[in-house]
Amino acid sequence: MKADPRGVLTGTHFIDGDHACCEGALAAGARFAAGYPITPSTEVVERFASRVPTVGGSFIQMEDELAASIALQGGVWGGAKAFTVTSGPGFSLMMEHIGYAAMTETPCVFVDVQRGGPSTGLPTLPAQADMMQARWGSHGDYEIIALCPNSPQECFDLTIKAFNLAEEFRVPVMFMMDEVVGHMTEKVVIPAADQIEVVPRKHTKKSIEEYLPYGTNGDMVPEMAHAGEGYKFHVTGLTHDERGYPNMTPATQDKLVKRLQNKIRSAADRICLLEEDSLDTAEVVVVSYGITSRVAQRAIDLARERRLKVGKLRLITAWPFPDKKIADLASRVKAFVVPELNLGQMVREVERAANGKAKTFAVPHAGGGVHNPDEILNAIVEASRC
Amino acid sequence: MRLTEIRIAGFGGQGVILSAVVLGKAASIYENGFATMTQNFGPEARGGACSSQLVVSDSPVLYPYTTQPDIMVIISQEAYNRFAQELKPGGLLIIEEDLVRVSNINRDKQVYAIPATRFAEELGKRMVLNSVMVGFFTAVTKLLSADAVRKAVADSVPPSFRELNLKAFEKGYAYGVDVMAAGPARRELEAVAVAEE
Repeated sequence: MKADPRGVLTGTHFIDGDHACCEGALAAGARFAAGYPITPSTEVVERFASRVPTVGGSFIQMEDELAASIALQGGVWGGAKAFTVTSGPGFSLMMEHIGYAAMTETPCVFVDVQRGGPSTGLPTLPAQADMMQARWGSHGDYEIIALCPNSPQECFDLTIKAFNLAEEFRVPVMFMMDEVVGHMTEKVVIPAADQIEVVPRKHTKKSIEEYLPYGTNGDMVPEMAHAGEGYKFHVTGLTHDERGYPNMTPATQDKLVKRLQNKIRSAADRICLLEEDSLDTAEVVVVSYGITSRVAQRAIDLARERRLKVGKLRLITAWPFPDKKIADLASRVKAFVVPELNLGQMVREVERAANGKAKTFAVPHAGGGVHNPDEILNAIVEASRC
Repeated sequence: MRLTEIRIAGFGGQGVILSAVVLGKAASIYENGFATMTQNFGPEARGGACSSQLVVSDSPVLYPYTTQPDIMVIISQEAYNRFAQELKPGGLLIIEEDLVRVSNINRDKQVYAIPATRFAEELGKRMVLNSVMVGFFTAVTKLLSADAVRKAVADSVPPSFRELNLKAFEKGYAYGVDVMAAGPARRELEAVAVAEE
């Protein structure tokens, strides 16, 4: 279905990534956010708080991130598309409720504008060190989807994508920005509402009597009903059966948790968005994401001036990880170079998926700034010689 | 519009960020090029050091920060002391002449000066000094068309201040055209610097 024109600020703007993310959420149909504002993500909710009342929605500033991350799920079960916005320290506090959203299959978006950590770290400076936390931060086995924009335009476009994936798979989607992308200002083109595709809530068409809250029809994603519509259902973080009632047996656990995993893994090829350049002729492939992908591009250009055969693989989707793509490349390239604003996170995934068939060179950075392109260039040169 | 790195620096409340927004908007929206703006500021709303970096180009900007600015706009002495040495050899330095004293600068730099705050006060509002500065920038650098920047000014300020800001822009622009006819102010400023030493 097409976007509701009331939420779409059609036009050409010069805005930062945080504001663009907010506009993406509004265009996607988000009409509720709960948040506990934190640098460098504050501008997202600041704008949302002023914009959303004009389109018939609301924002609540909660007492902390635990409250924010569960209030947003109340909003979803009440029928709204909803999200919350935070940065590292707040993201840590939200982990329990990310697991809750995964277990209860609450479609929602968590925006994390990454800053330097651990703890309160570097409030106003960038990092990409929450990537593993986004995937594994809550306990238990579950799957999420994570997207990594590298420009304000993508903050708009991919926020819409994040909401659409959340609705399609009934899963919490992590929107992994970083301080640079959040605070950089660039041109952002917002199309007309009738050119924006949004995925509506997967609402049941069944009668109240027939409806099974966690029953599936073979596609692994159950249909939803909302509070107040007359449907009787129970939502719990406990292991539950198709009716949504606690049923704590190994058999129910096996069926439920495997479905939570498989609904994402079986669709991984479709969820994994990648930007590829010159992979066919590459001897070395630079794998990067977020702001680092732009810095890496400069290093790639410099390497090509030296006639090195370098390809680019940008992870627009970081989770699920594109295992197949890396495995395929590993069988025909010499090495991967993985620059990231952390001391080695996604590089471990590259190494795992490459499975010893190609070498992996990390280009770590503790955060607080971006790489010097020369550091990445040096790694490319070293990798070409291996 | 080849790749050009610009730093604008002063203190909070002088419209440093807005100046960069106006120029970035002119480059990317009204001239259909590309512009990336980032900003640094302290916790203070006014008075603290404030600086913005703008990279404009006719192809997409990759690296978001300036590495060695081609152009620098300096509106406070603190900003001058902190950033002036970054300017590229042969680079262009624009200063607020009543607030910045130029010293320790290589002879290859081109320096242009304008009493932007005084002009803004003459127009009735000190706040519009940034639009005076932007007008001057436009005339001196010739990086962007006056029309594009004019549109960006009109588009970036609250409607009730639009007319005043456009007047401020024209004031700075006209002054810049005159200064360009006369040549850079470097020699005169160097004399000041030498006298101080």
